[in-house]
Amino acid sequence: MTSANLTDTAQVEQGTSLWKDAWRRLRKNRLALFGLAVLTVFIALALLTPWIAPYAYDAQNLDLGASPPSAAHWLGTDIFGRDLLTQILYGGRISLAVGFVATAVALVIGVTWGAIAGYVGGRVDAVMMRLVDILYALPFMIFIVLLMVVFGRNLLLLFLAIGAVEWLTMARIMRGQVQSLRQQEFVEAAVSLGLSPATIVRRHLVPNALGPIIVYTTLTIPSVMLLEAFLSFLGLGVQPPATSWGLLISYGAETMEEYPWLLIFPGAALTLTLFALNFLGDGLRDALDVRGSGD
Amino acid sequence: MPLLSVRDLQVDFTTRNGRITAVNRIGFNVEPGQITAIIGESGSGKSVACYSLLGLLPTPPASIESGSAVFDGRDLLQMSERELREIRGRDIAMIFQDPMTCLNPYMTVGNQLVEPLIYHRKVTRAQARERALELLAEVGLRDPQATIDQYPHQFSGGMRQRVMIAMALINEPRLLIADEPTTALDVTIQAQILELIAELQRKRNIGVIFISHDLSVVADIADDIVVMEKGHVVERGDRQAIFQAAEHPYTQKLLAAIPAGSKPPADAVREDLIQVRNLCTWFPQGRGAEPLRAVDDVSFTVQRGEVLGLVGESGSGKSTIGRSLLRLVPVTSGEVLFDGTDVTGLAGAGLKQMRRRMQMIFQDPYASLNPRMSVYDTLAEPLLLHGIATRKTVEQGVLQLMDDVGLARAFVRKYPHEFSGGQRQRIAIGRALATRPEFVVADEPVSALDVTIQAQILELMLELGREYGLTMLFVSHDLAVVRHIADRILVLYKGRVVEQGTGDALFNAPQEDYTRQLLQAIPGRGLL
Repeated sequence: MTSANLTDTAQVEQGTSLWKDAWRRLRKNRLALFGLAVLTVFIALALLTPWIAPYAYDAQNLDLGASPPSAAHWLGTDIFGRDLLTQILYGGRISLAVGFVATAVALVIGVTWGAIAGYVGGRVDAVMMRLVDILYALPFMIFIVLLMVVFGRNLLLLFLAIGAVEWLTMARIMRGQVQSLRQQEFVEAAVSLGLSPATIVRRHLVPNALGPIIVYTTLTIPSVMLLEAFLSFLGLGVQPPATSWGLLISYGAETMEEYPWLLIFPGAALTLTLFALNFLGDGLRDALDVRGSGD
Repeated sequence: MPLLSVRDLQVDFTTRNGRITAVNRIGFNVEPGQITAIIGESGSGKSVACYSLLGLLPTPPASIESGSAVFDGRDLLQMSERELREIRGRDIAMIFQDPMTCLNPYMTVGNQLVEPLIYHRKVTRAQARERALELLAEVGLRDPQATIDQYPHQFSGGMRQRVMIAMALINEPRLLIADEPTTALDVTIQAQILELIAELQRKRNIGVIFISHDLSVVADIADDIVVMEKGHVVERGDRQAIFQAAEHPYTQKLLAAIPAGSKPPADAVREDLIQVRNLCTWFPQGRGAEPLRAVDDVSFTVQRGEVLGLVGESGSGKSTIGRSLLRLVPVTSGEVLFDGTDVTGLAGAGLKQMRRRMQMIFQDPYASLNPRMSVYDTLAEPLLLHGIATRKTVEQGVLQLMDDVGLARAFVRKYPHEFSGGQRQRIAIGRALATRPEFVVADEPVSALDVTIQAQILELMLELGREYGLTMLFVSHDLAVVRHIADRILVLYKGRVVEQGTGDALFNAPQEDYTRQLLQAIPGRGLL
């Protein structure tokens, strides 16, 4: 017998991991697939923007002023004669980046924090979770506004600030998952094999707790994007000439009676993304629910 | 005339993978005043058949394709949901396996008992309560006056099952369907409940359908036995015929799977591998409360190469002892010497080294495997962790383990949910053996398995024990199983050792009352 044995024999049956199984179920959910497709297109557009945008993002044409959609400007122009499509494309880069990066920050902190608190338990858990409770109790909007005022408006800071408040719920979910999982016999088996706590958390607990976390993540991204839109609306987020969907909507709202397209198109882009994420999140929740696997 | 006559019943399920016939044109009779046992392993269709009679199956996915079930001159399968509701709970009552999930935790037992009475018989609440008190006394609840207003969580498992029985009987049904009513109970409680059901059935002259996976459970009480396999009735007959002259090979297989006899005694006196001295494992119960003394001053030795059986009911501390030896729960005091080293004081690298030499096999093969890891990952993990195999040889090591535990190599990339319970237990055994341990704690390794699978796994464990030269601590509530596999047996009661000795000595000449009680409780000891 050689070690090539396994790969050579053709009759090794391929297993279906729970991830594969979930993906199979997700594929049957049309709304979720639609959401996934919309997101993929938007992300691709955001990545390719510098090459495909029809105009430079700060190119003004004051002679033109605000003009409705036309052949030259598909989605019209704003009061400075800037192409709205270009603005939306560049704004999408910022909005999506804020959504994904801030959520990723929240994900990493929250999962690590919650997993450690849940697995170690006892005093460590108590201290870690009380800290979460305290942060929960802080009026986070004021917290972010304060950060922005003190350190100046800065995109990186915005990511960090939003991520820093969004991880709290993530940590709580993770802790609950880990607490119920560590009662299970396969964790005891891992302990009796002599695995270190770090390995047990990484290999045995986190993968099994990820289902609800993934679902929550897809629902966090839209709320983070809304938060950014809100901060930009207040004038605390992104600074012109850089732009975001929130900023565009804020300007559009000011002039919506004269130039409705300035509100409609950025609003549609944001709404479509939020819908897509919510559909995907819903689909993932159904797909990852093990109880649904017997259908 | 039979009380219930089922003919030609077929129930199909529509699943993702097409239609499955769960019950395939079966027929049986239930006579008034008799107990008809329906025996079969999981997936045999025994429960589905009975649930379909009362319209308790969700349709879809289930559909009743054909058949009739004549009860009292009327065909149950032709009745509307409204008519069935009248019958259910009044003429036909059910008892389920898990008494905890079948009682509403937010209602007192008394209120739950009177509900069906008020619904079906239109009596006043006071009359109903009077009746409920009578019944609780009849099913053997001590002091019904005091307990009727308690909530289900205040009762023990056996008491809850008595309440369930009272609830089933309160409307004077003529047919009682009991679905594995004792499977979740300890062996001594099981014996009491079986006796209660048989007694009530005689006194009230009702018909009983007793569903079970275990032939030995019904050996003392069944009048007729129906054996089901994969949706078919393979054999039917009275108790004598089934136990003494079973014709169908499947019935014979079921009978053969009932563990019997004891292991031949070991020849030579061997050295002690493990010495447990004054072991105490207490669990704190919150501030001010007395700690729960799960294991209280227990001392014993395990000799190299022997299988030591640990028997006791739930709460006797038998599982906690196993976990204490492996340092899976914190030990309060006492010594556990493994090959001369005190395990209780180890930490860090020393503990990891010791863990390699002591492994555990768990009860629930569904919970003891990480659902996200394939067989390969599960078995490779211990091999790599302890440097038993290198990256290059690990594949060979995994396949060797699969051969040893009797799993086809083709399954190496499969995940736990794609296996049956027995196969999963094989994977778990493989994982425990991967580190080449000297000592294995097996915590009820077969009690979650069907009888025939149970026999196979026990055989496998005995064989691997010899092959690997294992010393084993075999924890179980089932005396017959322990006698079959163990060289010596320790009987535990409330955290203390009550008696110890070889299987034959305990069975033939028990010294303590508690041991005698346990032996008395083994179902079917007369017929087997």
